[in-house]
Amino acid sequence: MTVESTAARKPRRSAAGKTGTTGSKAAGTTGTRRATAKKPTDASPELVQLLTPEGKRVKNAEYDPFVADITADELRGLYRDMVLTRRFDAEATSLQRQGELGLWASLLGQEAAQIGSGRATREDDYVFPTYREHGVAWCRGVDPTNLLGMFRGVNNGGWDPNSNNFHLYTIVIGSQTLHATGYAMGIAKDGADSAVIAYFGDGASSQGDVAEAFTFSAVYNAPVVFFCQNNQWAISEPTEKQTRVPLYQRAQGFGFPGVRVDGNDVLGCLAVTKWALERARRGEGPTLVEAYTYRMGAHTTSDDPTRYRHDDERVAWEAKDPIARLRGYLESETDTNEGFFAELEAESEALGRRVREAVRAMPDPDHFAIFENAYADGHALVDEERAQFAAYQASFADVDEEEGK
Amino acid sequence: MTTQTAAQTAGQDAGPAVKNMAIAKAINESLRTALEADPKVLVMGEDVGKLGGVFRVTDGLQKDFGEDRVIDTPLAESGIVGTAIGLALRGYRPVVEIQFDGFVFPAYDQIVTQLAKMHARSLGKVKLPVVVRIPYGGGIGAVEHHSESPEALFAHVAGLKVVSPSNASDAYWMMQQAIQSDDPVIFFEPKRRYWDKAEVNPEAIPGPLHKARVVREGTDLTLAAYGPMVKLCQEVADAAAEEGRALEVLDLRSVSPLDFDSIQTSVEKTRRLIVVHEAPVFFGSGAEIAARITERCFYHLEAPVLRVGGYHAPYPPARLEEEYLPGLDRVLDAVDRSLAY
Repeated sequence: MTVESTAARKPRRSAAGKTGTTGSKAAGTTGTRRATAKKPTDASPELVQLLTPEGKRVKNAEYDPFVADITADELRGLYRDMVLTRRFDAEATSLQRQGELGLWASLLGQEAAQIGSGRATREDDYVFPTYREHGVAWCRGVDPTNLLGMFRGVNNGGWDPNSNNFHLYTIVIGSQTLHATGYAMGIAKDGADSAVIAYFGDGASSQGDVAEAFTFSAVYNAPVVFFCQNNQWAISEPTEKQTRVPLYQRAQGFGFPGVRVDGNDVLGCLAVTKWALERARRGEGPTLVEAYTYRMGAHTTSDDPTRYRHDDERVAWEAKDPIARLRGYLESETDTNEGFFAELEAESEALGRRVREAVRAMPDPDHFAIFENAYADGHALVDEERAQFAAYQASFADVDEEEGK
Repeated sequence: MTTQTAAQTAGQDAGPAVKNMAIAKAINESLRTALEADPKVLVMGEDVGKLGGVFRVTDGLQKDFGEDRVIDTPLAESGIVGTAIGLALRGYRPVVEIQFDGFVFPAYDQIVTQLAKMHARSLGKVKLPVVVRIPYGGGIGAVEHHSESPEALFAHVAGLKVVSPSNASDAYWMMQQAIQSDDPVIFFEPKRRYWDKAEVNPEAIPGPLHKARVVREGTDLTLAAYGPMVKLCQEVADAAAEEGRALEVLDLRSVSPLDFDSIQTSVEKTRRLIVVHEAPVFFGSGAEIAARITERCFYHLEAPVLRVGGYHAPYPPARLEEEYLPGLDRVLDAVDRSLAY
């Protein structure tokens, strides 16, 4: 028994350490001391890319059909979405710095992943976001000022999920992938042809809930697209701390396709997500899309990325900026004139102003909101405590009265 | 005695509708009724389909309602509850089964951080009518993780309702009411009583889900219990009666919300209270009852509220569970202590 178990352990040890074993090859290591997932380059064949960082269109037989009929106006629309989302995000970051928001989770750098995938959804599709999907919310028509309520601390949600088929932000990592799967199972039961898209990050891929969502969606052939924005960092932990195989390859083990797309290429994200959503609608089950991108800012405004990553990494990714990339294409390949960009600049500033004013005008919730909606059908204890709270509040009113206030 | 007579009378009046059945069968009938009445009701869990559940509570449901309504799930508790939340968001009313009490913890995150809070987070826009069935409690000689009573862990969480029937009639009706509730309900089934029979009248008009019931009237002391301990408390009251003591027995039925009004009414009459549950006494539901009843009935009480329950120790191996679980003598001992004040 002892001999056998030692023998069984050996290859694993060497896989994690020395090079040249099957284990380390499968994990895509290149002989470094620590096994790491291979970083794709822009020319990597596994990375779907329709638009290069220089703004040049790349042919792709498989995914071109999904954006073949896109007009210059629609391209400008994608550009506008990304610019306004970035402006909104920058304003929210400033508002946090000014003390107007308690926290903000910036999407800087992930605009293409979010706008591309968000614009691929149909009105009757349903979206399950994390807490960073401001661009997707924008695509779903959620008023961006509504996204700020929870960060300002006036509510824990802020919008009716069913108005835009955009679920509330979910803070616990990966939980929403199961809700998305269940919702998709419901769509299938209803015989409807809409689909669900669930957003999560590279860190969430380590969560059991995400693995369970993959299992359930595969077993029930649920019409759900898992859209993983691999932004390279789960707070301070790099993707290599989450996985030893490229994330999109996870799907294979669950029995559905996984695709890695350049997450800074809005056209690529649009095409791949459309493909995946159409598959789901046709009853072909789930897909995992890994949008390979980069979180240019901090995890949240409480985070300090200078403690765990080098500037040169950020500089390298800045060269792949999703907005500059599409601008390059618009300028060189379409009839987009300067006026468009100037108008958009003005629109951006107006949005920033509107967001600023809306946040500052947000009223604090009524004190009794503590007790509201704890239960749908009511609860005796909540009623009792509400009454105690009311009496306590009223006792101050008496003092105020005595003091002639 | 009064209860028995009432049941007999109801049986005579209602005719063939009244059936004598075990708790497990009553839940089965209740699920069947709900599945028939509302196409949005689903039954989900590990082994609930072909096998009919490890306790056969869902026996025959998949055969009659199909795999789409009675769903055998992957072996993943978080997945079961998490997907049930998604199905509820889509308009379904899932009733999920967690196979045993100790297996609910992989799903605890989904229940506590998601299921319990989504109605409040959405400012009331989202309703999650999910029932989580958990066969719970000991006394069946099981291996570890199969005998626990984690109800306090759920009752502590706002947004959840927690109930536990003690007899077949309640099992039938409380399940109907739990499924109809727009709030998530954690439905603790007293597994050691699954085979206890009683009369169920599916045409009766049930009382409110969260109202306690006086099982036996008495004047000397109140025993409050729920689920598997109600029967024990009735036995205790029988034994105490032989010694000339008239104990009142309350079946609380609901752990959250708790019907403090009914406990108060009883305590104002008997002036003594003992809470009995299988769960560890420390931070258990008995502690909450003792605290609140002390606040409400301080001047009525002749003795401190006593608690009888499990110890602050892991649930022991089966050969020791009779020592761990409240039994007749332990409760009678507490009765003596209370009456000695």
